[in-house]
Amino acid sequence: MSRWQVIAWSIGVCLSTPLAFLIFESLQGDSEVFSHLWDTVLWDYISNTVLLILGVITLSCIIALPLGWLAAYCQFPGRRFFEWAMMLPLAMPTYIIAYIYTDLLDYAGPVQVALRNWFGWHSPADYWFFDIRTLAGAIVMIALVLYPYLYLIFKTALREQSFKLVQASQLMGLNPTQSFFKVSLPLARGAVVAALALISMETMADFATVHYFAVSTLTTAVYDTWLGYYSLTAAAKISGIMLLFLFVSLLLERFSRKNNTVHERQVSMNEQALYRLSGKRAWLATAYCTVILLIAFVLPVTILVGYAIDYFEQAWSSEFFVYAWQSLQIAIWVSVVAVLLSLLVVFYQRIGSNASKSVPGRFASTGYALPGTVLAIAVLLPLTLLDNKLNQWFANTDFEPGLLLSGSIFAMVFAYIVRFYAIAHGAVESSYVRISPSLDMASQSMGKNLLQTLSLVHFPLLRRGILTAALLVFIECMKELPAALLLRPFNYETLATHVFQYVSDEQLELASISALFIVLVGLVPLYIVNRSMEQHSS
Amino acid sequence: MKRLLAVLFTTLVCTPVMADEEVNIYSFRQPFLIQPILDKFTAQTGIKTNVVFAKKGLIERVKREGKHSRADLVLTSNFSALIQLEELELTQSIKSDLVTDNIPAAFRDPQGDWVALTKRVRNVYSSKERLGELKGLTYESLADPKYRGKICTRSGKHPYNLGLVASMVAHHGEAYTKQWLLDVKANLARKPQGNDRAQVKAVKEGLCDLALGNSYYFGKMLTDEKQKAWAESVFINFPNQENRGSHLNVSGVVMTKYAKNSANALKLIEFMSADEAQSMYASVNMEYPVKPGVKLSPLVESWGTFKEDALALSEIAKYRPVALRLIDEVKFDL
Repeated sequence: MSRWQVIAWSIGVCLSTPLAFLIFESLQGDSEVFSHLWDTVLWDYISNTVLLILGVITLSCIIALPLGWLAAYCQFPGRRFFEWAMMLPLAMPTYIIAYIYTDLLDYAGPVQVALRNWFGWHSPADYWFFDIRTLAGAIVMIALVLYPYLYLIFKTALREQSFKLVQASQLMGLNPTQSFFKVSLPLARGAVVAALALISMETMADFATVHYFAVSTLTTAVYDTWLGYYSLTAAAKISGIMLLFLFVSLLLERFSRKNNTVHERQVSMNEQALYRLSGKRAWLATAYCTVILLIAFVLPVTILVGYAIDYFEQAWSSEFFVYAWQSLQIAIWVSVVAVLLSLLVVFYQRIGSNASKSVPGRFASTGYALPGTVLAIAVLLPLTLLDNKLNQWFANTDFEPGLLLSGSIFAMVFAYIVRFYAIAHGAVESSYVRISPSLDMASQSMGKNLLQTLSLVHFPLLRRGILTAALLVFIECMKELPAALLLRPFNYETLATHVFQYVSDEQLELASISALFIVLVGLVPLYIVNRSMEQHSS
Repeated sequence: MKRLLAVLFTTLVCTPVMADEEVNIYSFRQPFLIQPILDKFTAQTGIKTNVVFAKKGLIERVKREGKHSRADLVLTSNFSALIQLEELELTQSIKSDLVTDNIPAAFRDPQGDWVALTKRVRNVYSSKERLGELKGLTYESLADPKYRGKICTRSGKHPYNLGLVASMVAHHGEAYTKQWLLDVKANLARKPQGNDRAQVKAVKEGLCDLALGNSYYFGKMLTDEKQKAWAESVFINFPNQENRGSHLNVSGVVMTKYAKNSANALKLIEFMSADEAQSMYASVNMEYPVKPGVKLSPLVESWGTFKEDALALSEIAKYRPVALRLIDEVKFDL
């Protein structure tokens, strides 16, 4: 066994421990609750979950694929701005955008009031207006926040493709649309599937939004069984079904990667636009970007700012800087560690020769699809056990460790890493496959060992992928709520937990300032990463 | 950079240094609801309070932490959680004459494993414009076909509704309650969603005429600039006044089995059961104090006196699992 194998497997095992405990929990008998659910509501939950995921994936594709293509290949007014601005919605927590749009679009909201005044309608019976608190509404809200994953990954993939292939396809008589579908998209398929896998996992784990919209999904079932029927066992079983979904999506991704091992000879980026749009087309492109940006970011942020101004006196607290600093600390910790771990695991995946080389990465990625609170409990299971063992160990000494692991910030950080490792892994892996193996061979033939190959050859080439990974994990950490809520030590607030105490009472107005803080702090790394990428390529 | 790393690392495993005189609380109730009372307690006794607030999972956390748990008290927002904590043997008996004097026996566990701190009624709000005040309204009558398409409520599985359904099972049995749930479901104006305030808002908007909701929300809404108009569009009805009385839920507290600061925790429970804190609950949160004789908020007092369902909470709690099963069987939320 090589050193790298040991490292990768340790990481895989370590990060999947919570899940292993949960699976063990699900085998503890008590199938009564589960079979009752099976007979009554479970199928509704499953079909809602499937529809939700399919809907979010489809809508994300519709929004993000054209955006990615425009940003990577076209020149149109405002392109430089939109290229990074289209990532902004990522900084917005889904439950906040859901809340804002409900306020805006429901019966008492300004839109319907204006319509009623305009047309002289009086009651709900006079007209039809779509109900936002539905499955469709949830799909739109979630897709508006998650499409940037696909956009970012797809755009990078397009950039790293050689123009020559597209140009060749055009020489052979394909128009731009045809070459998009026949050349660019198939070449980026691996990246697209990876992004969609991330999006579907995140969708599956969502609870706050679907709960607010009264859409019952498998996450609802997990919470009902655990908190209603008091059966962690049945809840663990349902989490098992969700993991099955996860494995299917991971398998799909892997399968699609298998057929797509195109290594670029060079990783030079295409900075010059392939198409210069002009006239109507140019303005259409600009308008498309503007509309999406308005809906997904500008409008919700404006409304938040409005709340913040109206409710400033009740909503302001000097503690915000403390909360922001605590959120920031955790986010930095988690993104650095998650990226380092994923780098080690993906490196082993690359150099390993046996069939099981990709198993540690799959193991480590499983935490992403679990709903936050369930993950929090799954993390508590091994940590409290370990703490209790530690205390037994020191029983005869003066030292009493107490809840060293489960009672400190360690529990939160660990839970976040378990949850977001998959994002880091996905981003690092998809940028790794584009490095040609011939570089590894060259490096070795020059007498460099594996560690040197990793640090001297791969690391510089992976810089973009690593930054992307760190950025995505960082932003997710800023938004993450349920695990923080349950695992935090006494008197410890992050921005998200502060927001939650008001949102849980449906009073976002009072939490508007901390919600804005979440968005703002998320924008900082977005800006830094973008800057550094631009410098890198110029 | 090195300094930043050092700061980050020390924060990772170092648990916050705690004061000598303190009490640690896991709270299901939002900090903004309880903080004024805790602040007052600290000001009077010098005992510091430390809080973790979450809506879900705190019971599991206490359970898994076992005897090393730092939590001394758990504050809950409904009686099911109190009884679950007791059943999981995570509590210890609260032995205090003061508490026994302050709180009537009906709102304490016989063994002292939990104590209720405030009461809230499950009211039915009716549209002033379309229905007016409904004297003689019962929970049973919500199943009446004349209310077809007129009722709004939050999820059937929310602890407040679950408590009500469990009390229906306790009074009428399983078969009756199942039919009642089916009929109420048929009367719903929309799929159960939102919280109790959102239902009153829906009445104001004309989406429905009747809404289920806890009493204190009405008071809270009347004191909120934006929500005042919602509350002013409805009457607050106390159901079943002519027979068993209105269904009550309670918020309450338990002392954890392994409480490290049990003396301080007891002081806090005593404080919360006494006049000052009880009247703060009444005036700030618009809840009904459990201690007899404590003055209500003038607003709450203006709703008049009412008859309470006398069935013991521990008795109702027995029917909670059945209630939950029935709600799934009739697919109340779907």
